[in-house]
Amino acid sequence: MADPRRFAYFHETTPPPGAEGWESMYPYFLVPSAETRAEEQERLWFADTMHWSRGCHPLGSVIAEAACLGAGQNSTRIFALPASLGLDLRIQHGYVYVSPVPVTDPEEIARRTGHFHERAGFYYQHWDELYGSWKDKVSALVDDMRLVTFPPLPEYEPIEVVTEARGRATAWEIIAGYRRLIDDIFVVWQHHFEFLNLGYGGYIAFFQFCRQAFPEISEQSIARMVAGIDVIAFRPDEELRSLARLACSIGVADLIDGAAPQRTFAELAGSADGRRWLRAYDEAKDPWFNYFAEYGFTHDQDTWLSNPAIPLTGIQRYIGKLRAGEEIGRPVTRLRAERDEIVAEYRSLLTDDEAAQFDELLGLARRVFPYIEEHNIYVEHWAHAVFWQKMWELGSFLVSAGFARARDDVFHLNRFELEEVLHDIVQCWAAGVAVRGARRWAAEIDRRRGIVAALQAATPLPAYGTPPVEISDPLAIMNYGITTERVAAWLSADGGRGGSAGADRLTGIGGSPGTVEGPVRLLRSEHDLSELQAGEVLVCPITAPSWGPAFSVAAGVVTDIGGMMSHAAIVCREYGLPAVVGTGFATARLHTGDRVRLDGATGEVVVLDRVAGPVAGSEPAAA
Amino acid sequence: MSAHYTCGFDEPACRDAREFGGKAAGLASLTAAGLPVAPGFAVGAAAYRAFLESSGLRPVLTSALARDATRDDIARRLAAAPIPDAVATAIMQRYRRLGMETGVADVSVAVRSSATAEDSAAASFAGEFETWVDVAGAEDVIAHVRRCWTSVFAGRAVDYARAQGVDPAGVEMAVVVQKTVRARAAGVMFTVSPVTGDRSRIVIEASWGLGLAVVGGEVTPDRWVVDKVRLTVVERIPGDKRIEYRRGDVAVHVDPARRAQPCLTDDQVIELARLGKRIEREQRCPQDIEFAVDRDLPAGADLVLLQRRPETVWSGRPQVPRFATGHGVTRWIGDAVTGGGGNTRTTAPAPGHQHEAAA
Repeated sequence: MADPRRFAYFHETTPPPGAEGWESMYPYFLVPSAETRAEEQERLWFADTMHWSRGCHPLGSVIAEAACLGAGQNSTRIFALPASLGLDLRIQHGYVYVSPVPVTDPEEIARRTGHFHERAGFYYQHWDELYGSWKDKVSALVDDMRLVTFPPLPEYEPIEVVTEARGRATAWEIIAGYRRLIDDIFVVWQHHFEFLNLGYGGYIAFFQFCRQAFPEISEQSIARMVAGIDVIAFRPDEELRSLARLACSIGVADLIDGAAPQRTFAELAGSADGRRWLRAYDEAKDPWFNYFAEYGFTHDQDTWLSNPAIPLTGIQRYIGKLRAGEEIGRPVTRLRAERDEIVAEYRSLLTDDEAAQFDELLGLARRVFPYIEEHNIYVEHWAHAVFWQKMWELGSFLVSAGFARARDDVFHLNRFELEEVLHDIVQCWAAGVAVRGARRWAAEIDRRRGIVAALQAATPLPAYGTPPVEISDPLAIMNYGITTERVAAWLSADGGRGGSAGADRLTGIGGSPGTVEGPVRLLRSEHDLSELQAGEVLVCPITAPSWGPAFSVAAGVVTDIGGMMSHAAIVCREYGLPAVVGTGFATARLHTGDRVRLDGATGEVVVLDRVAGPVAGSEPAAA
Repeated sequence: MSAHYTCGFDEPACRDAREFGGKAAGLASLTAAGLPVAPGFAVGAAAYRAFLESSGLRPVLTSALARDATRDDIARRLAAAPIPDAVATAIMQRYRRLGMETGVADVSVAVRSSATAEDSAAASFAGEFETWVDVAGAEDVIAHVRRCWTSVFAGRAVDYARAQGVDPAGVEMAVVVQKTVRARAAGVMFTVSPVTGDRSRIVIEASWGLGLAVVGGEVTPDRWVVDKVRLTVVERIPGDKRIEYRRGDVAVHVDPARRAQPCLTDDQVIELARLGKRIEREQRCPQDIEFAVDRDLPAGADLVLLQRRPETVWSGRPQVPRFATGHGVTRWIGDAVTGGGGNTRTTAPAPGHQHEAAA
């Protein structure tokens, strides 16, 4: 038995068969190396399957880079979070692993605290105004990316290059446009973290106040006092409900019958009422259907726009509920009344001094919380949707330039290689010769396709390396649900060595209250959402807000990763759906058809009955 | 004179803790608030004073206590002293009235001490005085009132009073006489977590039969933790209820099948918590409440409150907010994310709450 106090080290595990040589696909500074082994071993690296639920393609690593750069810059250098630096990043066997970097020296913490007060104080003081201009800044970046185009290289440059004496070819825009996309996505991610950790800080202060005043208060009760009710995160799903209501009221609901989207749209276009409904659909879809079924961290996820079957399925389900006489609206009035009642009850138990602090901290938490709930719409949905759409267009360009054989070849190059290739293409076009790298890369892309397939078929280990005595990073705790206890539970459940043990009990974080029993539906991807049947317990790596339609079908949700503030937990609370998040192993241990009972208050998932017996050689989890 | 010596729970005068003791005052305030309380009356400190005066015992007691060696002697002398006729008559008449009110001639009652220094915020006197249940007939009731008076000078009560800085000679003993509850189950409720001091929790412990087994620590009771805000059960820990007191004098073994079976339903737990929350709000401080489920009463209306008093351990501690006041939110957040600054809670080990039997 290996050392029970740590997880495997990177070099101790072997890639899945067929994935040998995977390291060469990513920039050198993103993969573990022999030279940096000692530092890597000393730290804890946990799999960020919340954002990269599958192994990432070479180009996909750019988002991991951008995210960690943005996180680190803001925490370490801009706002000087007193006890936390950034997130270090590694890609291991294609999966993204991150490691929060703490500050432990008390003197350094004290120095950073001084800077933090000045810098963060400015943001807290001007929060609403700054958040308003944040929306403008990010929207401008998204618009800037939208303007990038990759037209095929012409035989001759347009005549305007001559008549306007431009002196530069439009072909150069291929390279400049690519660089702009990369620049913009990096800047978008810096903005993403401009407010996020400050937002978590505000929430954590309120949280700690509550825990001191009420040592046994549940995280849920605290979150429910803060949660927004009318934030735009719920807007896409609300659009589906409106469209369902409209379809019923004007009598076109029968046409939304689960047929292929193009056929559905064609049939609707055949009547005046149908066309009226289609106009409403078109109004809703921009921007609200620029919405990934997950978070758009990888190029191969559908948006509601790129795959209308997703919103149409959601609309069809809501139509079914309406016809069954069910109420399909989120219980906004009830949620608001409950929230106000909980706040009033807790407040009534406090002394006057405490109540004054409670009011101030609750006010702050509520001011910062909309950012935590809404920023995904701007970054993870809108910016990512445009970024990947443009990369697909670049894929078409590579085909038209005679470089690539398929549109998705582009995703098999990392961001540095892709820039080299674009130079190669434009250079050869200018010289009037055939693209030099076409054959060289064709073979390499074939090899990489095999590697990526092998990596994606494997389940990642939840963590590598040595856990710290205590995990204190606010982002790790609030967003990922990575706590000292959770890591200890992973270690004891698994000996740190992964594999699919068959424990009949999983523990996670009670993300949303309620107890439910039901058969498991294991979904790794939003592509399979239509398989979900009413009354099933959805088991998945993560859930995103865009799985909203699923929440009106599922009886409960269990995820591998995520904390109280993860989107799955926030959204499930809003939908009143029991959820256990951050179990570490749910997708590895549970199978479609298993019967489970989940308790969204205690965070426990118990297997009541398995479709097949427990996996041979399994060990029960430690108590 | 008799009205001076005794007082029914339903009379406003009974809420005077200096005259009738904290326990009687608590029951009177519950009765006044319309909460379910078994009927009864209190024998006031005036009766105790009349007893000491008429027998000429007071100077003897004071000097005996100063010498600290003759407690048994004091007890013997108190047991032999006559009870003034006026006092005996008052108790007898009040007991007969209770019999008429409850429709039972020689109604069975519990007789408990209600020291007037007892249940002050400083000292609970919990468990220091004795309780007798299933006392029936006027003669017997009077005899047990005398036993309560005598128990002031039991060794441990004297020691306890001294340790709490209370002069034993100054303790005046009132007595509570209350219809015996035919308890299917009984226990104790704290409207604050006795373990962590959390004000948003209510903790209930209960066992089969009378509450003696719970407060005497003779069984491991069932335990429920209730969220006071949402009135939901957040924790249920079944106990091991080996014995039960169906009467006050002797415990019987509990059939193994019933030992781990919960002695309260969730509905009863929630209803109790609702009552506890209401009483706490009216009293403006956390409460320590004894209750029973009366087998003579119909389901849904069978909860009976036996006594309440202010919780004494956590209530006395100052509540300090997490962050230093006047520092501003940015500093609070800095403190929050570094885990430092401000105030951190001193979590004491679970204080040992003690109970005397109420039923």
